[in-house]
Amino acid sequence: MSDLKTFPKGGVHPSDHKLSSQKKTLILPLPKVAKIPLSQHLGAPAVAVVKKGDQVKVGTLLAKSGGFISANIHSSVSGTVAMISEATDTSGYLKEMVVINVEGDEWEVNIDRSTDLKLEIVNTREEIIEIVKNAGIVGLGGATFPTHVKLMVPPGKKAQVLIINGVECEPYLTSDHRVMLERADEMLVGIKIIMKALNVEKAVIGIESNKPDAIEHLASKTKDYPGISVQPLKVMYPQGGEKQLIKAITGREVPNKGGLPIDVGVVVQNVGTALAVYEAVQKHKPLIERVITITGKSVKNPGNYLVRIGTPVIDLIEASGGLPEDSGKIISGGPMMGKALTSTEVPIVKGTSGILIMTDKEAKRIPQSNCIRCGKCVSVCPLGLEPYLLYQLSIKRKFDRLENEDVMNCCECGSCQFTCPASLPLLDYMRLGKLEVGKLIRSRKNN
Amino acid sequence: MFSTRTVKDMDSLMLSSIVSLSLIGFVSASVLFVASKKFKVYEDPKIDQVEKLLPGANCGGCGFAGCRNFAEAVVKAGKLEGLNCPVGGSAMMIEVGKVIGIEVLASEPLIAVLRCNGTKANAVAKINYDGASNCVVAHALFSGESGCPNGCVGLGDCVKVCQFDALYMDEQTGLPVVDEEKCVACGACVKACPRCLYELRPKGPNGTRVYVACMNTQKGVVAKKNCNVACIACMKCVKVTDSKSVSVTNQLSYIDTNVNAREHGPALIGCCPTGAILGVKIAGIKSVKSESNS
Repeated sequence: MSDLKTFPKGGVHPSDHKLSSQKKTLILPLPKVAKIPLSQHLGAPAVAVVKKGDQVKVGTLLAKSGGFISANIHSSVSGTVAMISEATDTSGYLKEMVVINVEGDEWEVNIDRSTDLKLEIVNTREEIIEIVKNAGIVGLGGATFPTHVKLMVPPGKKAQVLIINGVECEPYLTSDHRVMLERADEMLVGIKIIMKALNVEKAVIGIESNKPDAIEHLASKTKDYPGISVQPLKVMYPQGGEKQLIKAITGREVPNKGGLPIDVGVVVQNVGTALAVYEAVQKHKPLIERVITITGKSVKNPGNYLVRIGTPVIDLIEASGGLPEDSGKIISGGPMMGKALTSTEVPIVKGTSGILIMTDKEAKRIPQSNCIRCGKCVSVCPLGLEPYLLYQLSIKRKFDRLENEDVMNCCECGSCQFTCPASLPLLDYMRLGKLEVGKLIRSRKNN
Repeated sequence: MFSTRTVKDMDSLMLSSIVSLSLIGFVSASVLFVASKKFKVYEDPKIDQVEKLLPGANCGGCGFAGCRNFAEAVVKAGKLEGLNCPVGGSAMMIEVGKVIGIEVLASEPLIAVLRCNGTKANAVAKINYDGASNCVVAHALFSGESGCPNGCVGLGDCVKVCQFDALYMDEQTGLPVVDEEKCVACGACVKACPRCLYELRPKGPNGTRVYVACMNTQKGVVAKKNCNVACIACMKCVKVTDSKSVSVTNQLSYIDTNVNAREHGPALIGCCPTGAILGVKIAGIKSVKSESNS
């Protein structure tokens, strides 16, 4: 297996803990109250078009995209809009949300709820992009970048290859894995649609070798879909990062300082996004639900659930057998890049790929000691940065030097902090540095 | 080889070195002398005079990189509008004014005031934070252990930036405490706090002052959930004062700095149903525990 492709620089290998990879995706019951945030994507928040007391159905437009980089938000449940108010999100800060009291499960009439596979792609390129835009589809890998923006290739540039991200390099998470196993055909049609929108002939699905069943299943399926192939990859974190995946599969390097994958002729989409595109284009179904993993060592029934957007996290935890007594942290996302929740009442959003419950023992940070310049963080950084230096500069608030040291390239994968023998909070301070340098850059632009 | 040299040789060697070194010295000195005359940059002697008056702490409280830069700015401007050294205080600024030939009116001394009373008892922690011990990091990450998005996160960025040792963390309350004797109102903590909790307020006559110790702009119901002593914008404080000196904007009350603390203090503190208004050295009212300790 050692001759498998991977990215050449840095990377770590945390243990897999894919506890739920063999658990079939179940459908989570509807919540009583759904809270749907107006900002679930990267970019400008959406603008609400419903008001208190409105009756909504599943698929009704709740909020319109608030800018070029923004996305529509649709109702995931049917019922009455109770209020549009501020409620705590994952960070504990208040964010605008549409609160809906759920009554029954009535869908908009134009949504095709049958499970038949619809192979034929009748829409033109422009139509596909418009449908994806209207359906509010965002990258479901976690970064939630609006998908329609990625599909619009800027003039003068040409996409040559579409990469489908089925890497799922985060430990514990298995939602993408299940999508590839259970909904392969729909996903492959979704890939075809994206290929048509981008006008590319070739698509590669990158899958890490710790998912042999998915590789095998898709390899046999792709025989019926010319142009699509499967590329097994060596297990290495953070291979699911866009830049790392492009390097691993094509050998091309996305330019530093704000370079985009399209600069090297590549567009990357997540497997979940491909499925969402299929449902939007062929079945007229907007993005209202997604597959989410609920997992953790002490969770009774780790598993994968198809969850409506806006369902409180606690519903998902209850479905998996309740909150274990020795819970230390509840994390939205995976253990490497996920974020600890401040409350279990927060809603599931488009970007939630999993809920991980860590035990008390796992969750505690190891006491810090001093940096001895061992250089481990430098050797694991997939972007070739020097985390120990950036950490020091950030503490000393030397933000102009931080900018010269390319702190903005940091993808916040956390490999440095994971490997640091002194368990220093390297990533925390690099995030601080990115925040402050971002302010510097913006203030320079404004002047 | 050494033994073959005679004393006479050594003498001539010494003589030649002395002569040549003196010559080099003389030539260099003349070059330097000519250069110092020809390329002389005139510098106002007032700059030195002003700099001597300044505290010399280079704290940056005035907004300049150091005391010398501030002195240069003062002399160049020729007036003191917008220029103030908070550390030296008004007595020193009067002296500075004399040097540049203008008259300065005495201003009231200021002190940094923490506008949050979310102690461990008042704002009970619902979650535990074990990340980097830095307020800006924590502020960017989440709303805080108590859930109040405007309250003190208690990681002591202000204590780290204070150059005058005037701030320390009270382990019991989890809040920073301003030492009244040491605080020179340089404003470093005001800039360091990511939640803008510090305000420079006049020390007040005999140190009496009254202020709202809350910056929470949420609606009363929400604010009260996270903290017992949050301002709920009930408007009572506006009604007890006859003047326009108390205002409520954005669900938050603000007591103007020119309010007479001795006159209005007891009424203001007494009327507040949550206890968000705090007073210092006001008769009949228990002072803020932390400040009266100092």
